[in-house]
Amino acid sequence: MRYSGFQVIKQALTGHKGWTPAWRDPEPQSHYDIIIIGGGGHGLATAYYLAKEYGQKRIAVLEKGWIGGGNVGRNTTIIRSNYLLDGNEPFYEFSLKLWEGLEQDFNYNAMISQRGILNLIHSDAQRDAFIRRGNAMLLGGADAEMLTTAQIKARYPYLNTKDARFPIKGGLAQHRGGTVRHDAVVWGYARGADSRGVDIIQNCEVTGFRQESGRVVGVETSRGYIGAGKIGCAVAGSSSRLMSKVDMRLPMESHVLQAFVSEGLKPVMPGVVTFGAGHFYCSQSDKGGLVFGGDLDGYNSYAQRGNLPVVEDVCEGGMAIFPAFARARLLRMWGGVMDMSMDGSPIIDRTPIGGLYFNGGWCYGGFKATPASGFCFAHLLARDEPHPTATAYRFDRFETGHMIDEKGMGNQPNLH
Amino acid sequence: MIIDHPLLGPRDSAEFTYMGDAKLIDRPDPDAATAARDFYDYAYLRDNPAGWHDELWFHEQGDRSWLVVTRNTITHEIRQVRLARDVARARGRST
Amino acid sequence: MSQKNRISGGQIDRTKTLNFTFDGKRYTGHPGDTLASALLANGVRLMGRSFKYHRPRGVLTAGSEEPNALVELRSGARQEPNTRATTTELFDGLTAKSQNRLGSLRFDAMAINDRFSNFLTAGFYYKTFMWPKAFWEKLYEPIIRKAAGLGSLSLKDDPDVYDKGFLHCDMLIIGAGPAGLVAALTAGRSGARVILADEDFRMGGRINSETFVIGGTSGADWAVTAIAELGSLPNVRIMPRTTVIGAFDHGIYGAVERVGDHLATSETGKPRQILWRIYSKHTVLAAGATERPIAFDNNDRPGIMLASAMRTYANRFGVAADKRVAIFTNNDDGHRTAADLHAKGVKIAAVVDIRPDVPRSLDYEVLHGEVVDTKGRLGLTFAEVKLGDGSIRTLECGALGVSGGWNPNVHLTCHQRGRPTWNETLAAFVPGGTLPPGMVVAGAANGDMSTHRALQGGAQAAQTVLDLEGPLPDLPQAEDAPINVTPFWYVEGASRAWLDQQNDVTVKDVKLSHQEGFRSVEHLKRYTTLGMATDQGKTSNMGGLAIMAELAGKTIPEVGTTMFRPPYTPTAIGVFAGRHRGKDFHPTRLTPSHKWAEERGAVFVEVGNWLRAQWFPRAGETHWRQSVDREVLATRASVGVCDVTTLGKVDVQGRDAAAFLNMIYCNGFGKLAVGKTRYGLMLREDGIAMDDGTAGRLAEDHFVVTTTTANALPVYRHMEFVRQCLAPDMDVQLISTTEAWAQYAVAGPNARKLLEKIVDVDISNDAFPFMACSNITICDGLRARLFRISFSGELAYEIAVPTAYGDALMRKIMEAGAEFDVTPYGTEALGVMRIEKGHAAGNELNGTTTAANLGIGRMVSGLKDSIGKVLSQRAGLNAEGDLRQVGIKPVNPADPVPAGAHLMKATGPVDAAHDQGYVTSACYSPTLGHAIALGFLKDGSARLGERMRLVSPLTGVNVDVEIVSAHFIDPDGERLRA
Repeated sequence: MRYSGFQVIKQALTGHKGWTPAWRDPEPQSHYDIIIIGGGGHGLATAYYLAKEYGQKRIAVLEKGWIGGGNVGRNTTIIRSNYLLDGNEPFYEFSLKLWEGLEQDFNYNAMISQRGILNLIHSDAQRDAFIRRGNAMLLGGADAEMLTTAQIKARYPYLNTKDARFPIKGGLAQHRGGTVRHDAVVWGYARGADSRGVDIIQNCEVTGFRQESGRVVGVETSRGYIGAGKIGCAVAGSSSRLMSKVDMRLPMESHVLQAFVSEGLKPVMPGVVTFGAGHFYCSQSDKGGLVFGGDLDGYNSYAQRGNLPVVEDVCEGGMAIFPAFARARLLRMWGGVMDMSMDGSPIIDRTPIGGLYFNGGWCYGGFKATPASGFCFAHLLARDEPHPTATAYRFDRFETGHMIDEKGMGNQPNLH
Repeated sequence: MIIDHPLLGPRDSAEFTYMGDAKLIDRPDPDAATAARDFYDYAYLRDNPAGWHDELWFHEQGDRSWLVVTRNTITHEIRQVRLARDVARARGRST
Repeated sequence: MSQKNRISGGQIDRTKTLNFTFDGKRYTGHPGDTLASALLANGVRLMGRSFKYHRPRGVLTAGSEEPNALVELRSGARQEPNTRATTTELFDGLTAKSQNRLGSLRFDAMAINDRFSNFLTAGFYYKTFMWPKAFWEKLYEPIIRKAAGLGSLSLKDDPDVYDKGFLHCDMLIIGAGPAGLVAALTAGRSGARVILADEDFRMGGRINSETFVIGGTSGADWAVTAIAELGSLPNVRIMPRTTVIGAFDHGIYGAVERVGDHLATSETGKPRQILWRIYSKHTVLAAGATERPIAFDNNDRPGIMLASAMRTYANRFGVAADKRVAIFTNNDDGHRTAADLHAKGVKIAAVVDIRPDVPRSLDYEVLHGEVVDTKGRLGLTFAEVKLGDGSIRTLECGALGVSGGWNPNVHLTCHQRGRPTWNETLAAFVPGGTLPPGMVVAGAANGDMSTHRALQGGAQAAQTVLDLEGPLPDLPQAEDAPINVTPFWYVEGASRAWLDQQNDVTVKDVKLSHQEGFRSVEHLKRYTTLGMATDQGKTSNMGGLAIMAELAGKTIPEVGTTMFRPPYTPTAIGVFAGRHRGKDFHPTRLTPSHKWAEERGAVFVEVGNWLRAQWFPRAGETHWRQSVDREVLATRASVGVCDVTTLGKVDVQGRDAAAFLNMIYCNGFGKLAVGKTRYGLMLREDGIAMDDGTAGRLAEDHFVVTTTTANALPVYRHMEFVRQCLAPDMDVQLISTTEAWAQYAVAGPNARKLLEKIVDVDISNDAFPFMACSNITICDGLRARLFRISFSGELAYEIAVPTAYGDALMRKIMEAGAEFDVTPYGTEALGVMRIEKGHAAGNELNGTTTAANLGIGRMVSGLKDSIGKVLSQRAGLNAEGDLRQVGIKPVNPADPVPAGAHLMKATGPVDAAHDQGYVTSACYSPTLGHAIALGFLKDGSARLGERMRLVSPLTGVNVDVEIVSAHFIDPDGERLRA
């Protein structure tokens, strides 16, 4: 069924009897050409593009719980392509361009809203770094603009320029950045993939891989064995756990990142703002909640929850720049488990095992990458070679010394 | 969280700085023929278990001890806390 | 207006009258009232509007689970949106406004949405607004956003103060109802350190709302007696108005105490709220239970509320929800409300019970049937009842109490790994799974619904967790009525029956969600927004779950339960920040000569948490460049002085000190002579430059290591890691002495002459050559450290004295230097001079730079092991054509060469694919008379003399530059050795 305003009116006038399930609930078949493990944003996007762009058939997405229950359903919904390094910028710009056409592409309103992202600047050295980054963005075909404090104040008049501990000295804006309704991304890709024949199988946990002569031939699951020609893993947050089943150790740690939403408030935040001298970033959802976050809790964790010190740290950051938010109430906090990689950048690559492909290590930046990650992973799975914008995301870059370290923090994942 | 420091007793984890897997104690021999591979493994690859994890915490706002904390990454329960120095010695890092 | 619905009794102080306004209209109430009870007493039923359809809304509850009666409390900078009238303690002068309306509350223009509700079903927006593409952001979304949100922020800085504190106890008891009070008495009498916290301002919990007798006295009086005894125990801390918001790891609970919210303004010097971190060995969760409604058509009109809330308003606040009320129930508890209100003289239109075997009453009519619809535009007027025999009966009533059974408040049991389990008797979830360690649950929160069982459970919980010997204490007599509930969630109807009243989620929306395949609890929640409102579904989630179970042909526990996450109730962002806001966001570190610099009129700059003098303007200087240029030129011409106290300093002592430095620096330190200083580069283990600085050898077994200001802490941490974890038996000790020494750079051709007037030793070029260091004395005996090192490229020294003498030394230097016209310089001039000299700093050591990039790859000693050595040899870090540090100067001397600009070949495309490098640091060089810069350029060392283009499209720069040596001045170092 094609969604449209007309359809909404038609259904409303006929008692909404005609709406059909957004995706089927099929029983797993015994064999697929390609199995994607992980029914999150990246996994579903991969399946979608495999079917739509790469003409692949007999595809299944296996999800241990309900689709979208991982990090795609527990992030702060920001999209942007404000990256510095060669290995990253073309990929994230590709992703942003895919976002820009996504709703029409998969016929689902994911409320992609290019309301702009603004990185505040608090020191001369930070300005130098942001100018370098902004130039890299412009030279790479993205958009960027340097804003003065006065320009920023015009948009955020309540920004603390009165007694800020770290004065605001301007900001780097990417106007094409913004926010997306995160769950809708999952549902849009799921619906789009399903309508192209992809089997989305929920409550199907992969418990092991079956290998024959150095090649994977299928997966053991909580719903039985399923054979596969190729298998793509897209289970960020659980990557190490899954890959340990084929005795792979990954260059990453799992860390918890908390996020927060306030009660619904009449609009106050036109775009996304990040604090440059503390851990805080914030936007406002279409429902009115201030959606904000900050730093990792900092210790390895698979628990989808964090602790008070970081809650306080994030709110302190918020109060440092937005003292007018003091009386807004934090409604809900939650945690997501991040694949924190050793250089802060992801991996989309073959594994040493034939037929087994890996997508992960997204740190806290996976959401904005969803379309490109799916596209590039589909490309790799279909063509067995990396997509031109994702050639740097290799496993071996750590051994060869080709790290993609945006923040320059080195091999300590919790610092990225 | 609360870390039961072997010398100081229970302290709030906010006093500490976290580094990661306690395998970082096991720095490889730089002169071995396999040093390049060994150091790659040491610096970059992690077991990253869902469960018990030996990990390094630095008592930055305290006595500046490095500790090896055995903590469960699913429940956050802490089973054991040792001075990293003792662990390092036990793992043969005495020279 | 008179309080027309005020009835007898209640725990309010009728001797005092409080004035307040709602939407500008004046009302009165009494101490002990909430805003909601006072409004009801005044006959005000309409208190708000729903989120989506803007339906009129009145109170549903009498507690923190309230979804409807949300107001903007107070005005001006203290305006507080979405404040629950049901928990707002009335104070004299209170002002409140209704919210989420266009026009007045009675005539909300946005209520038009309700007319189109058939088009605005769950998730409709995902299916439309996609064409034309540009319209989403230009048209549709702005309209949606305009309608978004409930209350509004004042957008003024909050004038109130928030605080944080820490508490420790043996037992934290959450909830001061019967279970909590008995647990506190039992534990308190045993001598244990107890904290008893309750979100309400009046302790006693549910018994304040009941007419029960406990031990021969009224429940409310029994609670008062219990609190009095607890108050007499020094080991018990009683915390009313304190919500425990979350159960965090290792027995740490977050709690918010509302210190000043019940006052017109917080007392002077006192915070509005305090965030407590409570460290408890054991916790008794006695948080009670929350009644749930039954959904039926038009069940959302003002006047329709939970039966228990109706009872609370009558018994606790002396308020009748209306003169004439009806009850709709599926359990015996609903009948209590009827009985209590009848006893207070309120007319009971009827009690409607879905159960065929209805408990009878002599006092009022009891009907077997279902409420199928209601009437009343801004408040209930009639309830339509379909009787057991199928006939319809219309009840005239202004209020309808609904009781669908009770849900234990399991929220805090779920904050870690707990997953509630289904209890058939209660038809509700009770605590299950793995509770937070140290937590036990008692009373209604545990599914023990009678007062007797709550008392017993509280005593038992305290005894068990504290390991107390002996029998349970004597407990007072109390009611022990059995639970008689028949699960019943909604009445089938043709119109809309609300589940989530704030977000406007109806039974139909749940059915649509199921129809469209959003069947997991989480999909249901996210697709329909059920339970996502400010009440987090405390009264609505169960209904949605039950309907989904029915549609899916599963049991409720098979469908699952949604997770409860902190905070238990919404919590002001301000209280999480406490006093860490504005200037106090982070501590401010001042150097010992800060006051002196202030006296000189210095302009300061934040460097990490430090404040450093950036430049020292002189009279007549109107632009910072004038000051900086003067400071540079004066230093290079004669002598300047700069406060470098903020540099990190680590004392390294012990027999193996040199071996230790060999480990942490990539270059060698073993052969450094005593009395000498050496530049050192530290790598991370991944081979990337971590920090640089100098290390001076003061004795065979004593070095002083300096770090950059920014890396003082990480470098020290790293050094301790190497010492404790990698080399545990090296004889070496480290101590961070950053704060112990004040340090000043004295630079310029006259630096020696100046210092000779201060130091007690011979510092001639022979006695104290370049890179010398020594413990010395100055000013006839004050111990000091002197290093002949230079960041500026001039003849220079760094002199350090104990911090206490920093200010005095600075003044002494200025005095002694007067004859040389000594010039204090700040971080800007420091930066200019180091760029002129080609020294790398933070902009160059950006965490991705190798020694090779810096042009000092040869420094990485092949002769010894050091941190980072092995991995620095990886091919990717040593490729042909890698970046090298270079100097950059404009071809046209008037052009800028700004930092952050990128280098492109002189001809050819200008894009990322042709990027050749970038500028790291730039300045105007007053020495050379034009701008200069340092940068990284591909294969840079082989490209000196090349003409290139420097572009910064972001800032509109495109200039021709020449690549030159990074050493703009004195490349041979003659000045520093002079």
